[in-house]
Amino acid sequence: MATYTLDINNIKHEVDVSEGTSLLWVLREHLGLTGTKYGCGIAQCGSCTIHVDDTPMKACILQVDTVAEGQKIKTIEGLSDDGDHPVQKAWIEAQAPQCGYCQSGQIMQAVALLKENPNPTREEIKTYMNGILCRCGTYLRILEAIELAAGAKIPTN
Amino acid sequence: MSITSKRIDRRQFLKSSSGVALFIGVSGILPQLISCKEPKKLAEQLEKHRLTAWVQLTEAGELTIYNPAAEMGQGSMTSLPLIFAEEMDADWSKVKVEFSPQEAEIYGGEGWRPGSKLMFTVGSRTTNSYYSTMRKAGAQARYVLLTAAADHWDVPLSELSATNGQVVHQKTNREIGYGALVPFLKMPETLPDFAEDQLKNPKDFRLIGKEIARTEIPAKVDGTAQFACDIRLPEMVYGVLERGNLHGAKPDLTNEEEILAMDGVLKIVPFDYAIGVIAKTLEQALDAKKQLRIDWSKSQASGYNSQQIYAEYQKIADRRQKGEVTVEIGDVGNALRSASKTYMIDFKNDYVYHAQMEPLNAVVQVAEDLQSAEVWVGSQQGPDTKLGVPGLLGILPEKVTVHLQYLGGGFGRRSMNDFVEECAVLAMEMAPRPVKLIWTRKDDITYGTFRPLSLQRLQATVDATANITGLSHCVVGDGGNLVASGARNDHYDIPNQLVEWREATHGIRLKHWRSVGHGPNKFAIECLLDEVAMDQKIDPVDLRRKLMAKSPKALATLEKAAELSDWNGPVKEGRAKGVAFVEHGSLGTGVCEISVDRNSGKIKVHNFWIALDAGVIVQPDNVKAQMEGGIIMGMSSVLKEQITIEDGRVQQSNFDTYQLLRMQDIPDRIETALIASYDHPEGVGETATPMVAGAIANAFLRLTGKRLRHLPFTPERVLEVLNS
Repeated sequence: MATYTLDINNIKHEVDVSEGTSLLWVLREHLGLTGTKYGCGIAQCGSCTIHVDDTPMKACILQVDTVAEGQKIKTIEGLSDDGDHPVQKAWIEAQAPQCGYCQSGQIMQAVALLKENPNPTREEIKTYMNGILCRCGTYLRILEAIELAAGAKIPTN
Repeated sequence: MSITSKRIDRRQFLKSSSGVALFIGVSGILPQLISCKEPKKLAEQLEKHRLTAWVQLTEAGELTIYNPAAEMGQGSMTSLPLIFAEEMDADWSKVKVEFSPQEAEIYGGEGWRPGSKLMFTVGSRTTNSYYSTMRKAGAQARYVLLTAAADHWDVPLSELSATNGQVVHQKTNREIGYGALVPFLKMPETLPDFAEDQLKNPKDFRLIGKEIARTEIPAKVDGTAQFACDIRLPEMVYGVLERGNLHGAKPDLTNEEEILAMDGVLKIVPFDYAIGVIAKTLEQALDAKKQLRIDWSKSQASGYNSQQIYAEYQKIADRRQKGEVTVEIGDVGNALRSASKTYMIDFKNDYVYHAQMEPLNAVVQVAEDLQSAEVWVGSQQGPDTKLGVPGLLGILPEKVTVHLQYLGGGFGRRSMNDFVEECAVLAMEMAPRPVKLIWTRKDDITYGTFRPLSLQRLQATVDATANITGLSHCVVGDGGNLVASGARNDHYDIPNQLVEWREATHGIRLKHWRSVGHGPNKFAIECLLDEVAMDQKIDPVDLRRKLMAKSPKALATLEKAAELSDWNGPVKEGRAKGVAFVEHGSLGTGVCEISVDRNSGKIKVHNFWIALDAGVIVQPDNVKAQMEGGIIMGMSSVLKEQITIEDGRVQQSNFDTYQLLRMQDIPDRIETALIASYDHPEGVGETATPMVAGAIANAFLRLTGKRLRHLPFTPERVLEVLNS
């Protein structure tokens, strides 16, 4: 067991866990940040996508000790105060989620995409989002939501 | 506790309950009544007074309406309360939705069999089976409010109307909000048992059929939507099981002491088919699971190789002796004897896995005296509303409280509650500490329950004028209805039809998988039709048009899909269109447009057009979303997904070896036309998926002249067919 200090959503958290523990378990089971989901554990599904220093990463394969040196971790809970990030608003406008389980990961990946590339083409969106699985098959609406967010065609109310 | 001692004067209850409970609700007497020991008496009591248990109202006019169904992405959290609110004339902007208590006597649907009440979210039956229930309950809630207003204003009930959360007395130009009526509420002695014709004329619907946003979507974009795996309770510990990948094998743990000595490990719990480990933290439980050394016995599945079994299945299909006949219309034998031409084709499909994004899990807490339990779970519910827990613990059902959570996908997997029972066993061992059971993805796949592998042998007969006179459909595979359902044709006018199932068992765990037998069977039927069409030089749409002549609703979907897809219009170079029809409650025709990379064997689906008749459409946009999702899941299974078994062992273990469709492979467009109808709503969740295989294979046939007859159409198989 060791004590690690994690900077998550601009709040410092201390956790006592074994070296090598997956960041995903730390987030979900130790800190209660359950918006980030477990889907495969081998970085194949992307349900656990978070940002580490603004880069989208799969939390399931990150060991806690590698992100406890001042890296800024952002999870879906830290994306906005009231679920009103433009990407989240676009997601609602497009009525994208079905079961919803993968959507935190989808949204975190999409936010990173638009930060890197504010006006992506359809093909660029597909390529960037390819690592995040959705079994309900909401891909077309995710695409639509990203295009809405990119075009800022989001109704304000 | 006797019922009579709990008989509260309802008027007093309504006044004293801080203006919150309009009817019996969670805040009031229901939980106490439910905990009584005589559920039958309770049911009678509720029946006698016809108390509505569906809605709560605050003085501010805020409504909480219960959803009795599981929410797994299909939209029940909106559609069922919306139907209720429609008849209640509620102000939808003031509606909140919660899961109802899991109590089938009160919240069960009657759509399964007459007289039964089940909470069971399967078979795309939720809207279909709850439509009348929710309408009537909404109308009763409205009636209570109108009665209260009539009493308050001292006017005849017949002079009152309601709209958008207000009761109106037109004569005196008065209106009062539902919330303002709370102090004057009293429960009428009886509630009218509204007949269908006393409910709203569907032409007057204000909510049903309109574009209403789904209630639970905001919680699904900010991470607050709660799934069972998100539950954390004080003193909670973690359970995992090692079940191996040979179904039916029995474990023999050879390093128990070593495991028990590991950090955080609290207990080892043996099962017939698995070894369970309970530890303080999830990572400790998973670490211990990895270290388990288990000798597995052989099982029925030992020696079974799925990809080599088809030869045997063909031999079974060759036998003269018929299997279990599930459909017999006319005389297929006669049709065969008098046919001018006969077509016989075998179709095959490999196993597929549910791959719901949330691996199975549950949280269970058993009381220290083992006499009660609480369960947090994402379940499609079941005939046993308490999910097997009372039986395991030997306690009464009312001693088990099930807290239903959102489901991270169901697709049929979560209507089997093996994982809940596992968690209850672990929780019994740890009582009163709550246990969270997690299946890893590997567990979820290797100990999965699959849509069975099967072979279909179809024979069609045509007469001299190219009419299809007979259709014989022989299904060989394991699982009865799991393979045989969906082989029936109610909308094709074929005078002689025979469907029979021939059993073959291998000890592999099987389960309903979205659309069940419809997937493989509609694939076979729709491909056979195109085979006949091609040979007889008939256009595939024309052929179906003729077959659907006596089924105008089915025909309307065909015509609409042909129109949407510009069926007769020009096709881009290198592309072709294919058509398929499916009935699964609702009726749908799908047309896809594909191309094929002849070097890689990869099929690209460019467009999908669907026309659907589902009766009254409660949420049009959501029905379209179900069509989109159904097509994508269908494409994923048809183009990629494959579970294989070698010597009884499941060969795939995660999403690296079990590939799902990803965003790069989606079509440019999935367009759905909804056919206007005032008929009773039919399910929509499983109508799109079974269209996909037939539509793609039929497009492929028109594009290449070659036949795809074995699911999935992986690039390797496509190349093999192209080069044949």
